[in-house]
Amino acid sequence: MSRWDSDFVYAFKRSPVACVSAGVVCLLVLAAVFAPWIAPLNPFDMAALNLMNGFTPPLAPNAFTGETFLLGTDDQGRDLFSAILYGLRVSLFVGFAAVALAMFLGVFLGLLAGYRGGWVDTLIMRMADVQVTFPSILIAMLIYGVAQGLIAPDNRGDLAIGILILSIGLSEWVQFARTVRGTTLVEKEKEYVQAARLMGLNPLAVMVRHILPNVTTPVLVIATITLALAIIAEATLSFLGVGAPPTEPSLGTLIRIGQDFLFSGEWWILLFPALTLLLLALSVNLLGDWLRDTLNPRLK
Amino acid sequence: MNVLETQALTQVFDRSQSAWLRRLTGAAIDQLVAVDQVSIQIAPGETFALVGESGSGKSTLARMIVGLDRPTSGQVLLNGEPFNPRQMSHRRQVQMVFQSPYASLNPRWRVQDILREPLQAFGLRKSGQDQAARVSELLDQVGLSQSDGARYPHEFSGGQRQRISIARALASEPTFLVCDEPTSALDVSVQAQVLNLLKQLQKDLGLTYLFITHDLAVVRSMAHHIGVLKHGQLVEQATADRLFADPQHPYTQMLLDAAPVIA
Amino acid sequence: MSLLSVQGLRVEFPTRRGVLTALDGVSFDLDRGEILGLVGESGAGKSMTGAAIMGLIEPPGHMAGGQITLEGQRIDQHPERYRGSHIGMVFQDPLTSLNPLQRIGDQLMETLKIHHGLDDATAKRRAMQALDEVGIEGKRRDHYPHEFSGGMRQRVVIALALASDPKVLVADEPTTALDVSIQAQILALLKQLCRDRGTGIVLITHDMGVIAQTTDRVAVMYLGRLVELGATDQVIHQATHPYTQGLMASTPTLAGSVDQDLFQIPGAMPRLDAVPAGCAFHPRCDRAMPQCKTHAPEFDGRRACFWSES
Ligand SMILES: Nc1ncnc2c1ncn2[C@@H]1O[C@H](COP(=O)(O)OP(=O)(O)OP(=O)(O)O)[C@@H](O)[C@H]1O
Ligand SMILES: Nc1ncnc2c1ncn2[C@@H]1O[C@H](COP(=O)(O)OP(=O)(O)OP(=O)(O)O)[C@@H](O)[C@H]1O
Ligand SMILES: [Mg+2]
Ligand SMILES: [Mg+2]
Repeated sequence: MSRWDSDFVYAFKRSPVACVSAGVVCLLVLAAVFAPWIAPLNPFDMAALNLMNGFTPPLAPNAFTGETFLLGTDDQGRDLFSAILYGLRVSLFVGFAAVALAMFLGVFLGLLAGYRGGWVDTLIMRMADVQVTFPSILIAMLIYGVAQGLIAPDNRGDLAIGILILSIGLSEWVQFARTVRGTTLVEKEKEYVQAARLMGLNPLAVMVRHILPNVTTPVLVIATITLALAIIAEATLSFLGVGAPPTEPSLGTLIRIGQDFLFSGEWWILLFPALTLLLLALSVNLLGDWLRDTLNPRLK
Repeated sequence: MNVLETQALTQVFDRSQSAWLRRLTGAAIDQLVAVDQVSIQIAPGETFALVGESGSGKSTLARMIVGLDRPTSGQVLLNGEPFNPRQMSHRRQVQMVFQSPYASLNPRWRVQDILREPLQAFGLRKSGQDQAARVSELLDQVGLSQSDGARYPHEFSGGQRQRISIARALASEPTFLVCDEPTSALDVSVQAQVLNLLKQLQKDLGLTYLFITHDLAVVRSMAHHIGVLKHGQLVEQATADRLFADPQHPYTQMLLDAAPVIA
Repeated sequence: MSLLSVQGLRVEFPTRRGVLTALDGVSFDLDRGEILGLVGESGAGKSMTGAAIMGLIEPPGHMAGGQITLEGQRIDQHPERYRGSHIGMVFQDPLTSLNPLQRIGDQLMETLKIHHGLDDATAKRRAMQALDEVGIEGKRRDHYPHEFSGGMRQRVVIALALASDPKVLVADEPTTALDVSIQAQILALLKQLCRDRGTGIVLITHDMGVIAQTTDRVAVMYLGRLVELGATDQVIHQATHPYTQGLMASTPTLAGSVDQDLFQIPGAMPRLDAVPAGCAFHPRCDRAMPQCKTHAPEFDGRRACFWSES
């Protein structure tokens, strides 16, 4: 739809908030994707670590080795800048994967509830009602706890990221399902859907081919807003020590590590990961808000 | 033989609460008889017009005839045998043109894909080439150009969209077309174009129409037979000439009197 | 002096693809007790004309020229002083102009109190009277809008618009959403009102039948311009503009027949960003002459067309 596109681009160009936040998000995503090439050091390569470099402040030469680090180093002598780039990678990966899961689940259940109606609808929407009465972080921790209990300790490290994605994804599907159901209820009464039924298409084909393309706009908006939530949820879980393991630290894990040193004077170990997280969550959120206002004024 | 016939077709909407809730609240059974024992016969190549005020059950009757809703009782006969919407060979023959030019086309689909869908659904044209040929034939039939196929519905005016709707309905080579107020959202000038197109197609393809409207002047220029619906009941049924010359039922008389005329 | 006078009305919409001229040189007068019809295809600018009279053009649209006077006084500079009091409006959808949460009697009383500074008792009596005038029993004043049928709601809206005793009423497709039988009631009501009270009514519609039955004079619009204006009988039976003739001929009538095709005007009205040069109607006109392609005909108070019958 070319007209829609150009109107969209026009509105985008006229909004400084949208341009800046989209720019920041792009920059951070690119930095995360190309982390192995951008990062001066691989923070997880034990051989490259020098414990003597520990606690180097930003932009100051280390007392013992004389090496300088852009954002300083942590207790183990890891380059913080590199660690943040890699942490961003984990945080974004978990965020995107969790949103994808929540979206898939929510869109499917929402379509089904809206299109079938009756008891299917009642069941799915009551499930959603029950779920929203619990804070999603609580649900994530619950799922996380159960999964940890089911998995042998040896495998926990490998599966930690997967469990994180699963627990955040499962706790965020409700918003998708509710919105998609609402839109489906409207769309299914429209005559093009009836025309499709007159061709003898089965309900699944009607849902996927006809209704789904018409719910993408609100889904896109919610996905963006949920991405910010998922990134924060991941950081919270990791900060609480139930998320990304120290072998694969996310921004949340880095913040948790940094927290130990805040009061002993090594402020940078906490500050830079926290700032990165703030920047990321804030710009994704602003972008989501702008998308919501621009694409679908009725969603407000 | 009649192309289509309904036998005591009835639709009852049950709006009452479930039985146990009713016992609890003491509410009465609340049923709405939207269509009440309607029997009509439509001969091949004819236009049967259904008129009546808003809420009289015209659309409900149409939805039962095309098989979108299951009747509470009664049945629909297609060429003398019971119409089974699940059977593709039956389904193919009965198609519908809807009222709203804005809601009847999927806004995310190109026109050529909208027209190709019934061909695929009914397995009428197998190869992509045959399908494309048929799509351009359909566009041609409704007076649109080849290049229109690649455009999206929002790029068309209301009248053009109704043409696309008609083309889609024609794609499965139906014998019977239900038109539910196809021009009531259009201007007179555009309405004339669409009505003339429908007449032309009827001549060329030998189609039979059930034409729903509340505009008696439109009925006059379209219908051979007319049925008047009031509160779900068929109160009068006659040939167009008879009905306009000598309406039998007071309700028909009232409709005729209320219609604004250009004296 | 006429009641309402619109002279050279021009409305523009600045967009990023350039300035769209939605109305250009629209001029007409309305007398006391007169019903003036405004017809034309969808997008011709009928509602825009109504909005301009009410001072309700949506920004960034604005009046770029012309003037509107009510009894000789200009009203286009401060429309809010006249809107709702001297000039009333009835919209197509009665539900949008009624508050769904307030009893209709209360809505009426509120309007009366604001515009006439009445006390409760008088306002109540006048509200009952107003409902009575539009044929709704006074005892239904305690009902909410959803408890009425479409036609009754539209009558309530008319009562509401009349409560402030306007001199001019703009009715924008007041019956398009209604059945023929209810439409007949509403139109009869409007006619009676302008007879009894001397209200001037601008009736916007695209239904030629409604025009023929209700209006005294009619203005035909095409693409934001007036193409023909005259007494209803004259315009309907002896239209002189090819567009009006086309509209008339394409209107189905009860005297028609199945065997005859309806007359059709070829093509469709272009969008505002693709207005043809010369006479805007020439690409669809079967009588277009060379000059129609290059020069726009002036509106001479009766019609805007180069072609003449002879
Ligand atoms: N799904 C439904 N559930 C309950 N009642 C319904 C349903 N569909 C229609 N009705 C009712 O059935 C009656 C007939 O409706 P229908 O849509 O057939 O009228 P219509 O003659 O097509 O009117 P219109 O001219 O306004 O389209 C109405 O009273 C309507 O409220
Ligand atoms: N906000 C807007 N911005 C730009 N153009 C507008 C805007 N509102 C209306 N228009 C244009 O002004 C023209 C006149 O519109 P108007 O609503 O007056 O038509 P109308 O004659 O009332 O048609 P209808 O019968 O469909 O109500 C149309 O071409 C429309 O696209
Ligand atoms: Mg209907
Ligand atoms: Mg309008």
